[in-house]
Amino acid sequence: MSSSSQKLVLDNGVTSLDDGALLTVSGVGFDYESIPVLDNVDLSVNRGEFVALVGPSGCGKSTLLNLISGLLPPSTGSISANGIVDSPGRLGNVSYMQQRDLLLPWRTISENCQLGLELRNISADTSKARVQELAKSFGLSDVLEYMPSQLSGGMRQRAALMRTVLPDNHVLLLDEPFGALDAITRNVLQKWLLSVLTRTDKAVMLVTHDVEEAIMLADRVLIMASDPGRIVAEVDVRLAGSNIESSFTSPAFVELRKNILALLERRGVSS
Amino acid sequence: MRLIHNYMWQAVKNWYPAVLTFAVLIVVWELCVWFLEIQRWLLPPPTIIFQELIDSIGLLTRHAGITVLEIIMGFAVSLMIGVALASGIVWSRAMERSVYPIIIASQTIPIFTLAPLLIIWVGTDIMSKVIVVVLFTFFPLVVSLVTGLRSVDSESVDMFRTLGATNAQIFRKLMIPTALPNFFAGMKVAAVVSVIGAVIGEWVGASGGLGWLMKLSGPQFQTARVFAAIVVLSVVAITLFALIVAIEKWSLRKYPSPLNQAKNLGE
Repeated sequence: MSSSSQKLVLDNGVTSLDDGALLTVSGVGFDYESIPVLDNVDLSVNRGEFVALVGPSGCGKSTLLNLISGLLPPSTGSISANGIVDSPGRLGNVSYMQQRDLLLPWRTISENCQLGLELRNISADTSKARVQELAKSFGLSDVLEYMPSQLSGGMRQRAALMRTVLPDNHVLLLDEPFGALDAITRNVLQKWLLSVLTRTDKAVMLVTHDVEEAIMLADRVLIMASDPGRIVAEVDVRLAGSNIESSFTSPAFVELRKNILALLERRGVSS
Repeated sequence: MRLIHNYMWQAVKNWYPAVLTFAVLIVVWELCVWFLEIQRWLLPPPTIIFQELIDSIGLLTRHAGITVLEIIMGFAVSLMIGVALASGIVWSRAMERSVYPIIIASQTIPIFTLAPLLIIWVGTDIMSKVIVVVLFTFFPLVVSLVTGLRSVDSESVDMFRTLGATNAQIFRKLMIPTALPNFFAGMKVAAVVSVIGAVIGEWVGASGGLGWLMKLSGPQFQTARVFAAIVVLSVVAITLFALIVAIEKWSLRKYPSPLNQAKNLGE
């Protein structure tokens, strides 16, 4: 099913091995101090699929990612990521990029990116080699020995993504990775992310409040409403024969954007 | 070469106002003593103090050695206690609620008044002085370490956890590096008060050390010797401080400073 995706082309026939969901969230609820934050959330993301989660601020999008990553246990329901159901067990097995880059200021970019491998006790030489290899496609080869404070916001964000994906887990969660960037840098990075993730067999889930970003990057968009956070609609946003450059103004893109905004707005007023 | 030259020039630029002011004060002092005909035993002029410093350099260094040993031992013990206590306070809620308030309250007790008790309990040998140094220095160390370890933000801890870090790894690779700048601030305060602690300990009961020498020389109106001892004590304190600053600079060499941030790469 995901092989039909326009944006995520799978390599070496991974789909034929398993076209089931890598990430399944079923009936998940989460209460914080007896206040319901999330209620009965169901979703699944297949191998090679890119799903965007859109919703108003404070609707529990980040909480949902915290639950999937294993940082928090769900109050009800169950989550399975790459077959791991136990919450703390998912820690270290689900890649999760938080909103802030969280680069350690006392480490070079290379040392920051190596962190995930270092924590798994992989030798410094091996992890450094892997960082250097991946740095090419991340456009970070020339700055690996720089300190984070010397880099621009866009480069720091790419370094953070590199740190996140290096442990090579099957599920990748992105929490507004470009939220803090200016519009121009964001646009450049969105296109770059698409090109980096084109050949991946991961299940990717992106949280954003930017509808255009969601349509551009994702195969499917899930729309959330707040109080309590829940998924209220699902829109297939794969654009036939799309190419990113032209899609922004294509009638199909504009139509999708209108539909999603309408869904968000309706929920915003009613809740 | 140019770098060293720049560094020295920077040092001169940074320090010359203080050095100049100090020199002026010394000259004024000297002139006052001569023109106002102040008795030497009351206030010796800087030249006489300097002469005393040269004449008694053997005596002064011998006693300085004792004081420095007390300071180093006290500092080392304090460091061990401080790191253990701070780690415990940050790690365990029970310790934070039971021990931390007592540590803070204990600082309202003037340590000077405890020194005579320590002489009664442990005697006049080096132990009593080491304990006084510990009492003076462990507080700034504990407080700075607790503050530093607590300045770790929860998002970074979450980041480490999602990468599969154990608690020990989080402590070693995140919390300790985050706490280092605060820790060195505490170390610098501790370095200065450790000298005060050693002198107070010696003042109350000792058989050697610069504090003991000062206490002995005062009543004999060897005022120049008291001043000479003060000069040596200052040198000890400043050296200790400079040593910690050097270790700090080395340890924090990779941390961002305003200088590093100046060259920011464009996208």
